[in-house]
Amino acid sequence: MYLFQCQKLVLTIAFCVQLASCGDVSWNNPYPGSEQQESIYYSSFRERPKHLDPVSSYSENEAQFNAQIYEPVIQYHFLKRPYELIPLTATSVPKPEYRNAAGELLADDAPAASVHSVVYRINLQPGILFQPHPGLATTQAGDLRYSGMTEISLEKIHTLADFKESGTRELTAADYVYQIKRLAHPHIHSPIAGFMGRYILGLNELHSELKNSVTDDSKFIDLRAFDLPGVKLIDRYVYEIHLTEKYPQFVYWLAMPFFAPIPWEVAQFYSQEGMKERNITLDWFPVGTGPYMLTENNPNRRMVLQKNPNFRGESYPESGTPSDGDEGWLDSAGKTIPFIDTAVFSLEKEAIPGWTKFLQGYYDSSGIVSDSFDQAVQFSTDGEAELTAEMRERNIKLATSVQASTSYMGFNMTDEVVGGSSERARALRRAISIAVDYEEFISIFANGRGFAAQGPVPPGIFGNVAGEAGINPYVYDWVNGKPQRKSLQEARLLLAQAGYPNGRDEQTNKPLTLYFEAVASGPGSKSILNWYRKQFEKLGIQLVIRTTDYNRFQEKIRKGTAQIFGWGWNADYPDPENFLFLLFGPNAKTVSQGENASNYQNAKFDQLFVKMRALPNGPQRQATIDTMVDLVRRDGPWLWGYHPKAYSLYHEWYGNAKPNLMARNTLKYKTIDAGIRAQMRRSWNQPIVWPVVVFFALLFISGVPAYLTYRKRQRETLK
Amino acid sequence: MISYIVRRIVYAIPILIGVNVITFLLFFVVNSPDDMARLQLGERRVTQAAIDKWKGERGYDKPLLWNHEAKASKKFTNTIFFSNSVRLFTFDFGQSDSGRDISYDISQRMWPSLAIALPVFTVGLLLTITFALIVAFFRGTYLDTWAVITCVAMMSISSLFYIIGGQYLIGKLLHLVPISGFDNGIVGAKFIILPVIVGIIGSLGGGIRWYRTIFLEEIGKDYVRTARAKGLSERAVLYVHVLRNALIPILTGVVVVLPMLFMGSLITEAFFGIPGLGSYTIDAIQRQDFAIVRSMVFLGSCLYIVGLLLTDISYTLVDPRVRLE
Repeated sequence: MYLFQCQKLVLTIAFCVQLASCGDVSWNNPYPGSEQQESIYYSSFRERPKHLDPVSSYSENEAQFNAQIYEPVIQYHFLKRPYELIPLTATSVPKPEYRNAAGELLADDAPAASVHSVVYRINLQPGILFQPHPGLATTQAGDLRYSGMTEISLEKIHTLADFKESGTRELTAADYVYQIKRLAHPHIHSPIAGFMGRYILGLNELHSELKNSVTDDSKFIDLRAFDLPGVKLIDRYVYEIHLTEKYPQFVYWLAMPFFAPIPWEVAQFYSQEGMKERNITLDWFPVGTGPYMLTENNPNRRMVLQKNPNFRGESYPESGTPSDGDEGWLDSAGKTIPFIDTAVFSLEKEAIPGWTKFLQGYYDSSGIVSDSFDQAVQFSTDGEAELTAEMRERNIKLATSVQASTSYMGFNMTDEVVGGSSERARALRRAISIAVDYEEFISIFANGRGFAAQGPVPPGIFGNVAGEAGINPYVYDWVNGKPQRKSLQEARLLLAQAGYPNGRDEQTNKPLTLYFEAVASGPGSKSILNWYRKQFEKLGIQLVIRTTDYNRFQEKIRKGTAQIFGWGWNADYPDPENFLFLLFGPNAKTVSQGENASNYQNAKFDQLFVKMRALPNGPQRQATIDTMVDLVRRDGPWLWGYHPKAYSLYHEWYGNAKPNLMARNTLKYKTIDAGIRAQMRRSWNQPIVWPVVVFFALLFISGVPAYLTYRKRQRETLK
Repeated sequence: MISYIVRRIVYAIPILIGVNVITFLLFFVVNSPDDMARLQLGERRVTQAAIDKWKGERGYDKPLLWNHEAKASKKFTNTIFFSNSVRLFTFDFGQSDSGRDISYDISQRMWPSLAIALPVFTVGLLLTITFALIVAFFRGTYLDTWAVITCVAMMSISSLFYIIGGQYLIGKLLHLVPISGFDNGIVGAKFIILPVIVGIIGSLGGGIRWYRTIFLEEIGKDYVRTARAKGLSERAVLYVHVLRNALIPILTGVVVVLPMLFMGSLITEAFFGIPGLGSYTIDAIQRQDFAIVRSMVFLGSCLYIVGLLLTDISYTLVDPRVRLE
């Protein structure tokens, strides 16, 4: 009887489970069923953004939020390549006005030395509104609704949403001026404050003035009361930025959130007593004029962007590269953006769950981690990357693009063995450059995602030369229409010239031992480091790997005690200056703690760099860059390493997914077909219940003998 | 008993100071205040002036443990260690190095940790005890042999394997629950099922083996034979007599972890995207946020001490012979 009842219970459970599985929403759907048909973009983030205040934010993971909220005056064209700046809130891309000491207007290509003043005049579009925000709420009398708050009035306030009222106002030039002054704010840390202090007239002085005049750290500093000579408010929609010297790359900085507007009312709102203690700060609750606003900031779980109801609306670009039309990137041409209503970013610390959710249709796009690469991508016989059958079955698309970044191995040029500008040292570095086979590295460790670099400037950036003319003649030959690494024999000859025949010091006959500084980042890095060791062994050089934590590694680079090291750089903006400055002498780590990690010094290069920096893109600039690249190829302070290639996947319902590695504010261009997504999710995620039923049935059956034994024992009598 | 509890609390103070000193030393052996500043400010274009400013604002510009330049007691008090440690003893955790209120964050993040840890603990304990009693009942039979083999196998498998295997099987292949994520309220139940199942299964092997040993020791005793001789059913013998008498060693392992349930699980929370205190601690270590690391270690130590105290008290409840003096 008891057994029969249990059987009935199991069958009932199995029936209910089967019945439930026929529902409309998949069981493994991490989102509410009511969202199925809504225009919501689902993505993930791995690390909590540290800063959402545009004056402090300088990381990729922060940009994916900030760039949708804040609007600098200009932006990158979504489709055009090479990357092109276009107006965002400005009426046109600002052009610098150069004048000499006599106040005469100079040409764009005027030598930097002749330029006495540089002015960028920026005209804003009228009618742009900020997102709704309590800091902008006003009373009927026009006063700020939430000004003069105290601990008592904040008693029931725990988050920004607890403020019942919100308001808006028109964006004006004063908001941009205010934000630039914030770079000098003594209590806010801007990573570019020191750097910009070199260029923006009076920024350093403003910082000193603010520091000296403000004694109480907790008090609001009304920056409107302080004068910054380098930033002038002309009228409601016009302001000027005055630079101390010619710096044509400054315009790229104007496209970054550092130069986005902040209303003084919001700064005052957040600086009120008790706000910081409640975690209500601009670093947590950003405010902007962009297409989206952050409505949920819970970086421990998810962050939600929603369409800004006050957004003026922009048009999707009507032109791009010649192939954009064929690839469907112009299907939305001229339509009003943004298309997506909401973007939900969920915290996903581990790669495996994130990848699985993408395959289940719960994320609309995904990168490809190394572990999943073979599952997603295969290479055709002609070396082209293509999707695997599994991905094609799901109508997943692949987008690839060369990153504006470089990953290299640097020599410390102050080192006695590998550094210096002697022919001996050059020969040694060249020999190593030939021996370390980066094509093999890319194939083994980067799944073929990259190009061996021929110099510091990556493809897609002005100054990079493709084809035979662009190869590094010290390491490569042009054979059968492609670069071919020189033979090991040549490397050995160079090594002998350097005084190390067969990798041994010709004077002491001891093997040449070099030291490679690396950051130990888990078991995966061991194989890479072993690979490096083997590359040096080809020449008989003993490479000692010194692994350390990242802090110590950085310290060694800063102090110039590393001999050989691995390093990389992602471009801030698409200009060769942003790569060549990594080798500019005054930027050497040991000199100024700059970004020249190999401490390379070459007076000719430095002279050309200063000249190149001031030139507009054109034949003259190209010729200067060519000379500079020749110089560094000859000196070889780096093994040029490789330029990574970005691979990303997206589902068929995710539209306008053309990669743009410079623009971060691309969410507004994307589309979602929620209908297809819901359909696909259902078909991919039907719950499979029978294994669970079988498992419990087996458990039950296996329990029967135990139960019978128990009963038998219970009924046993004394014999 | 009250004097005993007071004495234990007094004993806890030097323990907490010691833990605080060790945490401080270990942290600053690996990280310098400059490293912390660089990580907070970002790596690009950061000037030494910005680093110094950051350190000055948070008091990291002082000497670590001893201030040679200060006078009298300030030699000790005007240090990073002292100025950051004293307020911990009033449970004022202050602000994190990134400017967040630590107490608020802890109050928000302890509930997700508890949402996973509590069912894993209670259901896991019930199942472990039940299975252990069954295995003890069938001692010496094939069922016992196979149960021991299965338990040893389960103990030998890494908890990471259970997590990844569970996600693969239940979330990816069978599509029964979301593979990761979290939500508040009743809608969040679907996110908890998988980590709870994985947590329970992961702890079963070791638990059953351990409790089986305890129960076997009791089962051979005279009072059990007497109970059986009185004609009690085997269920009553096991659940009433054996279990009650085996409670002391069980409590030793169980009560001490009760307060620690708040602290969450580092690996489980990371893999399942649970915004609990475990992932809070891991994040802080990765971000070199000393204020959070120090607070979490301090809190963990306090909870552990409370757990030990509760264990001692629980002995008096289950065994009237035990007196705390």
